[in-house]
This record gives sequence, C-alpha cells and structure tokens, in this order.
Amino acid sequence: MKKRREKVIEAGLAFSAMLTILVTLGIIWVLVSESFSFFAEVSMWDFLTDTEWTPLFTRKHYGILPLLTGTLLTTGIAIMTAMPFGLIIAIYLSEYAPKGLRKRVKPVMEILAAIPTVVYGFFALTVVTPWLQSFIPGVDTFNALSAGLVMGIMIMPMVSSMSEDALYAVPKSLREASFGMGATRFQTAFKVMVPAASSGILVSIILAIARAVGETMVVAVAAGQQPVLTLDPRSGVETITTYIVQVSLGDVQHGSLEYKTIFAAGITLFLFTFLLNLASYYIKKRFQEKYE
Amino acid sequence: MNRLKINRLIDKAFQYVGIACMSIALLILAIFMINIFREGFTRIDWDFITSLPSRKAAKAGILTAWTGTLWILGLTAIIAIPTGIAAGVYLEEYGAKNRLASIIEVNIANLAGVPSIIYGLLGLEIFVRLMNMGSSLLAGAMTLSLLILPIIIVASREALKAVPKTLREASYGLGATKWQTIWYQILPAASGGILTGIILSLSRAVGETAPLIVIGALAYVPFVPKGPMDEFTVLPMQIFNWISRPQHDFQVNGAAAIIILLVITFVMNGVAVYFRNRWQSRINW
Repeated sequence: MKKRREKVIEAGLAFSAMLTILVTLGIIWVLVSESFSFFAEVSMWDFLTDTEWTPLFTRKHYGILPLLTGTLLTTGIAIMTAMPFGLIIAIYLSEYAPKGLRKRVKPVMEILAAIPTVVYGFFALTVVTPWLQSFIPGVDTFNALSAGLVMGIMIMPMVSSMSEDALYAVPKSLREASFGMGATRFQTAFKVMVPAASSGILVSIILAIARAVGETMVVAVAAGQQPVLTLDPRSGVETITTYIVQVSLGDVQHGSLEYKTIFAAGITLFLFTFLLNLASYYIKKRFQEKYE
Repeated sequence: MNRLKINRLIDKAFQYVGIACMSIALLILAIFMINIFREGFTRIDWDFITSLPSRKAAKAGILTAWTGTLWILGLTAIIAIPTGIAAGVYLEEYGAKNRLASIIEVNIANLAGVPSIIYGLLGLEIFVRLMNMGSSLLAGAMTLSLLILPIIIVASREALKAVPKTLREASYGLGATKWQTIWYQILPAASGGILTGIILSLSRAVGETAPLIVIGALAYVPFVPKGPMDEFTVLPMQIFNWISRPQHDFQVNGAAAIIILLVITFVMNGVAVYFRNRWQSRINW
C-alpha cells in the first residue's frame, strides 16, 4: 500500500518534469505547423531574398530581410554598449575593487535586472531620444540608436554579473602566482584572469545577444514600426519582435496569411535564439577550464 | 620613463576607468528614476488608482490594470508553483542519473533562453485557440506559468541541493520512505531558497508585457475582471498603451503607472532578498 502511494507520487512528479519537454515540443509544433502553411503560399526564396516586408498593405511583399536587419541593428548597438561597460565593470569588481564593494554592487545589479522592460522603453522614448536629438542631426522620433543604447544598458548587468562570476571561479592561486611574478593588477587581469575565464565571459556575451534579439518592449516602444532595409541607426526600424506585437495589437483574422506571418517571423526569431543558446551550452560544456 | 613606471601608470589608469564606468551606470539609473518620478509622481492620487480607463487622460485611472495584474499574479502562482516545485523535486531527488533527466535538464536550460514573445505565440495557438479559452485571464496566466516554470525549477533544485545528506540519512534511518523524507524533512529545510525563487519568478511575471499582447490581452478594458474567464488588461499593458500615444498627458499617466509597477516589483524583489538572507544566515549546516 505504502509502496503504491510512493509510486503514484513519483509518477506525478515525473509528469511535472516532463511538462517542460511538452512545452518545447509545443513551441516547435506551433511554429512549424503555422509556418508550414505560410510557406505553402509564400515561397521560401521570396521570404529570404525579397527586400520588402509589407504583409499589411495592399501591395504585399514577404521579405524577412528588413525585419532581420532591424533586429541585428538594434542588437548590435546594444551589444556594443553592454559589452565594454559590462566587462570593465566585471574586471574592476573582481580585480580592483575592495571586497565589500562586490557585495554592495550585486543588489544594485539585481534591481536593474528586475525593472520591467516596458519601463526601459519609456526611458528610451522620453529621455534618450530627445538627448540624442539635441546633438545628432537627423534623429527620428523613433530610432534604432536610442532603443539599442537603452537595451544595452538593460543587458549590461547580465554581462557584468555573469562575467564576474566567471572571473570569480578562477582559482586564487593563479592570481597570486601572477602577482608573485611581479605583474601589476592590470597585467594579471588581462593576461591571466580574463584568458582563464574566457569561456564564461564568451557565454555571457552570447546569452546577452540572445536576450537582445528576443527583446520586445524596448524596441516596440522606441525603435518604430517601419520595416525599411537600412543600417542607419538614426532612422526608425522594425524588429521581428515589434512586428509580432504590431500584428497582435491589430485585428487580424485567425487563419489568414497575415496571421501566419507572425509565426514565420517567430520561427526565424526562435532559430536565432536557439542557435545562440546551443552555442553557449556547448562552450560551457566543452571549453570550461577545470581547476582542481 | 621606464617600463615599470608605464605598467604602474596603466594599472592605475584602469582603476579610474572602472570607477568611471560604474559611476556612469549608477548615474544613468539615477537619471532614469528621477525622470520617472518627476513626470509621474504628482499624477498619483486616490482617483488615479480607483478610476476606470478613459479617453481623457486627466480622468483615466489604473483600476482595471492593477486588478488584472493581481488576478494574473494569483492564477500564475496557483499554476506554476506546485508544478515547478514538483519538477524540481523529481529532477533533484529521483531522476539524478537517468537519461531522461539529463535531457530534461538541457531542455530547461534552453527554455530559459526562449524569448518571452515566443511563449505568447505558444499560448495564442494552444490556450486561446485550441483549448478555446479566448483572451482570458486563465489563458494569460497559463502562458506566464510556462514562461516562469524554468526559473522556479532551477531555484528549487538549487535549494534542494543545499540540503545536507545527513538529514536524508537520518530520516531514512528512522524508517521513513523516500517521499516522507522529502515532504517532512527536505522540503521544509529548502523552503527559504524555494520561496526566494518563487517570488523572483512572480515578479518577472508581473512585469511581462509581450506574451500577453500576443495572446490578445486588451489595452482598453472598461470593467474589472470578475472571474478567470474574463478579458483583462495588466499594468504593463496599460503603460505600453499610454506611452505609445503622442499626447503628453498620457505620457504623464504612463509615468505614474510605471511608479506603481516599479514599487510592486521592487517590494517583491526586496522580500525575496530578505528571505534569502535570513535563510542563508539562520541555517548553518
């Protein structure tokens, strides 16, 4: 009797764990099946090479390139902001800062990470964009630069705290050996510690990229909704995520081709983040330096 | 200047670069907060909290938004907490060595990296269409539950991992079964860490906007939801709606609602950190 009860409980727990696999399968099934019927009407070649994306207009074009460049542009700006700042802060905290500071900075980082993303969108639109307009000519009300910069501020805590964890995991003996050889803190940091923690630092950057690619609210609020093929950061762009939001806010019939476009856009987004996550997982497993 | 002096100079210079970068980050955070408070603080009053949304910015309030957020919070908690803890217990206590558990583990790591808007697409197709829930509170809560499940599972596992083996062995030694050991010994001992993870994940759910937009949550809801099948809006949706409008008065409303949302998330995070510290300092294995 007791044994049976134990078995039933175990089965229940196992089912909960299995649910996570169902979620993954569900995501893949939903994206693939809807995209499949999308690609029955639009050729894959057009989707990948057409330079216009106008599914909501009368003259319809289904080229993903404008959305892709919009996404890559905002992501690129975000990473260029987050990476140098995040890494310098991580190195400073682990190699230079007094011991107590690390403990006091962590909660501040956690606060930054807890702020809902729509709030960052408001910041981009009402503070950063007017500031950019004050000294760069030709900045639109909605622009990739402002959204990208704010997204960079948003993911910076992620880069710095993960990189710092990676630096922290390097054994102290390495640092002491370097000091013993007469190296300065700067030399120790960049010639010993950063190389030793390189896989962890790389993973933090890859995950930050994945986060920026999938980020929605900042770009939906501040980057605009014009799917134009441009790399000019001063102009408005539309990212994949913004497009999905734009369609969701409108009145689109279930089963129509417009409805299916959000899944075609979604699967593109999913593939990107999936590959980035896979890469980070592989690097973590394969290249992590093991110290005894 | 010799080599040694140059090296020392570079060393010192980098220290100031580091301090500068940290100060800039803090400065941005400060500008950010001051700006929002200056814009929105004077707009917050009792009417703002108890009024229905309106086309006129000065009369609009956030009653439907915060009640919607409370509903979502409650329903998501009911769905996600038991499921997440159960999955965590299974992975940590039962499936330690089998192949399925390792697949599930990789899968959870991957799910944590899936953009939230993709969960919205999943919820739209499965809950809203296939299960015919419509754009209801329940559909929203289910979608957000799936989104925060990986966070709760990982936090539960970390907390369970921290419980020492001796506790288990003592329980088995007294003749307890595996489940009795987990239920009466291990889970209570790990409760602080699990609680921290739960609160943090729920605070994430409170701030999510994108998946709810995709499943069709409304920007304008003129009534307070009465049951889980009602249509709804939440604070972040209301904020998004207001700040997307060009009129300055709506921007002010947005800033005011942002202050309320920030207070909610900061309080939740503060409580989580408090529990974590208390749990870590009190229990010394």
